[in-house]
Amino acid sequence: MDMGDARQIIAKRAASEVKNGMIVNLGIGIPSLVPDYLDASIQVFFQAENGILGMGPTPLENADGNLSNAAGYPVTILPGGSYFDSAIAFGMIRRGCIDVSILGALQVSEQGDLANWIVPGKRVPGVGGAMELAYGAKNLIALMTHCEKDGRPKIVTSCTLPVTTYRCVKKIITEMAVFSISDQLLLEEIMPGYSLNDIRNHTEADFKISPDLKPNR
Amino acid sequence: MSLFNKVTDYPTIKSLFFDGMTLLFGGFGGVGTPPGLIDCLIESGVKVVKLIGNDAGFPWIGIGKFICLERAQSLIASHIGSNPVAGELMTQGKLNVEFSPQGILVERIRSGGVGLNGFLTEIGRGTKLEYDKPIIKIGDKEYMYESPLTGDVSLVFAKKADTFGNLVFDKTARNTNPYVAMASKITIVEAEEIVPMGELNPEEIIVPGIYVKHIVPSKGYNWKWIWEMPDKSSRSAQPAK
Repeated sequence: MDMGDARQIIAKRAASEVKNGMIVNLGIGIPSLVPDYLDASIQVFFQAENGILGMGPTPLENADGNLSNAAGYPVTILPGGSYFDSAIAFGMIRRGCIDVSILGALQVSEQGDLANWIVPGKRVPGVGGAMELAYGAKNLIALMTHCEKDGRPKIVTSCTLPVTTYRCVKKIITEMAVFSISDQLLLEEIMPGYSLNDIRNHTEADFKISPDLKPNR
Repeated sequence: MSLFNKVTDYPTIKSLFFDGMTLLFGGFGGVGTPPGLIDCLIESGVKVVKLIGNDAGFPWIGIGKFICLERAQSLIASHIGSNPVAGELMTQGKLNVEFSPQGILVERIRSGGVGLNGFLTEIGRGTKLEYDKPIIKIGDKEYMYESPLTGDVSLVFAKKADTFGNLVFDKTARNTNPYVAMASKITIVEAEEIVPMGELNPEEIIVPGIYVKHIVPSKGYNWKWIWEMPDKSSRSAQPAK
């Protein structure tokens, strides 16, 4: 499967985790594609850590230079939305006001450890707001392609990359599968086009199979 | 220049910068980083011992332009991913980068700006971001001590300033600016609009003028959206016109 297709499939599946009335924070990368797949009947408030609650879609014209999302793209604000400074933005994050945080990941361990801030010697994006989202959000969903480009699994026994936050990920969505993590890593869904064997062959971590496993949904 | 008229010009600002200073800058991904003051800093030729701000900007936007000149010894920021040059300099050992979680970083600046001595948190505990921060045990829980941050000079971008330095911000260009404004000995504000005292609604003032030393009129901001980003790998990257 093409990387781009995988990203869209992951974003679409992640959109079904967003329920009416939620306060949602989306990370950069695959999570930023999630709003494209939200059902029109769902009303949520997106929080952006650069200081918006109630962030609206990309403006069709007249983009305002002083109004962007956390990745720097122009956005709008919805009725009832507000602007605030960075201290308030993270105050609400740490305090538990965000219902769901959807973050991109580089690796997730079977205990739910998240690694998403640095590949030593290669990429140095930095930790940004991920540690605080992982700490404060009521639910943390990690999105990533199932494997590295060279085929190495990203769902691992123990993270080899520096950890962002330990034991914080509640759900992992890849193009192959959906896992939940509570006491243990549990396979919840097999995505269309893949088999249980595919998942076993491409997952380093040990996992159990949910009694409610949904194959090829 | 008086307490009630802090408006000055860029040449005067240039003379305030000095080698070895610690510099705080407002902004988030370049949005809300005062472009005229950054250019002024670049022209000054000054070397900065420590830069403190949310991120490393882009190579051609925000603090990124200055970082590319290799005149900063160290940087405290939450991420540097939008400025590949900063990453290269870090890897080559030419720029010492301390990462701080984004909201923790702004609270450290706030702590410095409001005369407090830092705070405790469990965020980052057990990770590389613990560095050599003191660990303090209270009851049976362990917390990291986060120290306050202050600077010699703060560079701030505001939508409006009155001549006393009362500040109003605009949308997401506010970000870290209100706290950066409070945390240095000398706070310099670049304002899109400068108005007489009495023009701003006191209820809407975000930063009271007491924190501000100097105000200059903005020549317009230059941050571009990232889809206008030129070749990311190019060190002398300039946005396409």
